[in-house]
Amino acid sequence: MNLGPHAEFIVAAYAVTAFVVAALIAWVALDYSAQRRVLDDLEERGVTRRSQRKE
Amino acid sequence: MPVTDLANPTRFLTLVNRVLPWLVAATCVLFAIGLIRAMSAPDDYQQGATVKIMYLHVPAAWLGMFGWGLMSIAALGTLVWRHPLADVAGKAAAPIGAAFTFICLVTGSLWGRPTWGTYWVWDARLTSMLVLLLLYLGVLALYWTAEEPGRGARAAAILSLVGAVNLPIIKFSVDWWNTLHQPASVFRMGGSTIAPALLTPLLIMALAFTLLFVTLHLAIMRNEILRRRVRSMRLVQAQELHA
Repeated sequence: MNLGPHAEFIVAAYAVTAFVVAALIAWVALDYSAQRRVLDDLEERGVTRRSQRKE
Repeated sequence: MPVTDLANPTRFLTLVNRVLPWLVAATCVLFAIGLIRAMSAPDDYQQGATVKIMYLHVPAAWLGMFGWGLMSIAALGTLVWRHPLADVAGKAAAPIGAAFTFICLVTGSLWGRPTWGTYWVWDARLTSMLVLLLLYLGVLALYWTAEEPGRGARAAAILSLVGAVNLPIIKFSVDWWNTLHQPASVFRMGGSTIAPALLTPLLIMALAFTLLFVTLHLAIMRNEILRRRVRSMRLVQAQELHA
């Protein structure tokens, strides 16, 4: 594949896009495991939400 | 499952956990096909290989605008019906829309230098797109700095509705003003002006990016629901400690 005389612009565009998308995916994945960990910890300690309580 | 059941966060989470793996797989497959087609597509007769930037720039522009449209609809749900999932949907769309708008501006700039001879010009299309990015950053600041989520949600919803005025300005800026940016060439009266050999990979990439948007949106909504559960449980825990 020949990207011609402006190859650096094409490569830079794909690199920036890949970096931003990867950063977004990593943030979502890390945030999910962090929330899950805290939630599991709270549930383990017997803390419940008001809506889960049976009066 | 009736559609109205999705308004229940617990049922929504069950559905998201079920569909996310399929969405991730479909997104990966579409990106693989789209990238292969984009890399093997012929060069443009004027722009040469730099036309390959189009396969990133155009979908990013569409999704940057789509994100704000989604936030505006969610804002109505927040302000009119006060539905918590509407706020969650709006908040989840903001970082994705901001990321795609940023990608659109950067790739457009990198495409502009070899084709126009400049990275940036203050024409109506580029400037209105930059305004969209600033609006996204404003909404994110409102969400992330609000001490009480409800107050942040209402302020962000109002800004989302006000900012929606910018969407037709972006879309029609190339018709209303004399811009360096080219006029619409995909969705226009009289059909697309792009050759099918370039249009097909563009549409596949657009579909792949759209699926990525939907996948990330559902995943961020799930995170936000969990975050609110954590907050609510910590409040209960704090009240029990003080009682």
